[in-house]
Amino acid sequence: MLKTEELQINIGPQHPSTHGVFRMLVTVDGETLVDLKPVFGYLHRNHEQLGEVNTYLQNMPFTDRLDYFNSMVNNHAYARTVETLAGVEVPERAQYIRVIMDELSRILNHATAMGFMLGDMGAWQTALLWGMREREKILDMFEYVSGARMMCNYCRFGGVVRDIDDWFITELKKLMQGLPHYFDDFEGLLLNSEILLARARNIGVLPKELALAYSVTGPVLRGSGVAYDIRKAEPYAVYDRFKFKVPVGTVGDVYDRFLVRIAEMRESYKILEQALEQLPDATGGFINPKVKQQSLKAPAGEAYARVESPKGELGFYVVSDGTGSAYRYKVRAPSFINLSALADMCKGYTIADVVVILGSIDIVMGEVDR
Amino acid sequence: MALLARGELRSILQTELPNVLDSRWDTQATDQAEAHGEGQTVLLDFDAVVKAEAIVEVAHFVRDKFGYDFLSNITAVDYLKHGIIELVYQFYNAAEGGPDLRVRVRIGRSPEECIVPSLTPTWPGADLQEREAYDMYGVVFPGHPNLARIYMWDEFKGFPMRKDFPKTGDKYTHVTGE
Repeated sequence: MLKTEELQINIGPQHPSTHGVFRMLVTVDGETLVDLKPVFGYLHRNHEQLGEVNTYLQNMPFTDRLDYFNSMVNNHAYARTVETLAGVEVPERAQYIRVIMDELSRILNHATAMGFMLGDMGAWQTALLWGMREREKILDMFEYVSGARMMCNYCRFGGVVRDIDDWFITELKKLMQGLPHYFDDFEGLLLNSEILLARARNIGVLPKELALAYSVTGPVLRGSGVAYDIRKAEPYAVYDRFKFKVPVGTVGDVYDRFLVRIAEMRESYKILEQALEQLPDATGGFINPKVKQQSLKAPAGEAYARVESPKGELGFYVVSDGTGSAYRYKVRAPSFINLSALADMCKGYTIADVVVILGSIDIVMGEVDR
Repeated sequence: MALLARGELRSILQTELPNVLDSRWDTQATDQAEAHGEGQTVLLDFDAVVKAEAIVEVAHFVRDKFGYDFLSNITAVDYLKHGIIELVYQFYNAAEGGPDLRVRVRIGRSPEECIVPSLTPTWPGADLQEREAYDMYGVVFPGHPNLARIYMWDEFKGFPMRKDFPKTGDKYTHVTGE
């Protein structure tokens, strides 16, 4: 065989396909990728240390900035951790409201993630706008309840900051009427696309055993065929009351991650339907009135609580020393840990596939660099 | 392959692998923090505290014997007043779900003591998290393929998440603290 020389190339940090400021140092042999080293830290702001300086409530808006697509889910995970630590009860209505917001987040995240990924494949803007269109409608709902489109800062310890009203429920039902048709359209647009089939099938294969060893979570893990979903494995909030399936892939390639995301959006829709049906009336309240939000103090100890964020397992590990702010505050960020599998997923494929594989992991740099 | 109840791992390790438990802590067996004054950290012994050099053995033990094959999270905590850095490893049973299994390692804060064998050769998912613990807390992981700083730049001195790292005044910004 002809001997060829290997070449090192930088992809990023400023590159539209790296979803933020992320740098990959790739070694290629011709067009084939030999090695990949991810380089982090361009967005590092020592979020965890800020969490040790802030009081518990002050830190809530900071969690919005982790995964800025799903601030509702971040708030939920953080509130749950502090509630576990301080032993706070959450009214049932608040649990349902949180579930509704989480599932809306999942739909908007998956829709845009797939849009961005098709953009990476060369279907520039069309698919992305399809995702963004639905996202806009959901963001309007978020704005109505929380006052902000993306940085929602919506959860409080023991509930949520504002109740949802009849207008919200009517509008949500209207929005949901269009969703099944939207999923069908999206699926039809993608599954019959020659570009997608050629660029996604048998690309970036991550076998089941490797996926587990790499600690990946979320659609990446389920795409590899492991039916692990925290909503089922360790139900939180009121997820044990809903009927839904955990979609899994078979091969573990980019295409499977696609299919899992589409199927998950449909399951989220089912959960939304059931949650709206079961939503308790406002008599129980939407927040625990006994909790002193501003001056909350947690007894010394530690707590870890996790939720199934659209990107994977989002958990907060908080150690308290009995004061009003955390002694140690650690974020288990799904995008960050999913990235550890990137090099293995890319090896042996061409350099053009790297961008697609990275898109299929669905990373957010706010959470990776923290 | 069964889920372990809270704190069960300690007694199992005592009978099956008696040499791995860290003898400095196995007398306390604290699960709940007692009432302490404000600003007092407590060391919890939830599940098990093992010797640093035994962490690889214990990780394989819980994986092969009980199916805790999913190493989800590695957290380093600096307990300055106790003079130790604690690493918390959280394992999950991917097949059966359920809550996590926490295995702890407690090491000293000096460079000679702050060493824990790496889990990356078997659990490549630990790669980035161990690099983070090295970058922020200065824990050295022998056996790690690429133990470099991850968030801070390579020339950076010190470990910024340690509790005794000065919050104000550094040579990069030329601002002096109070």
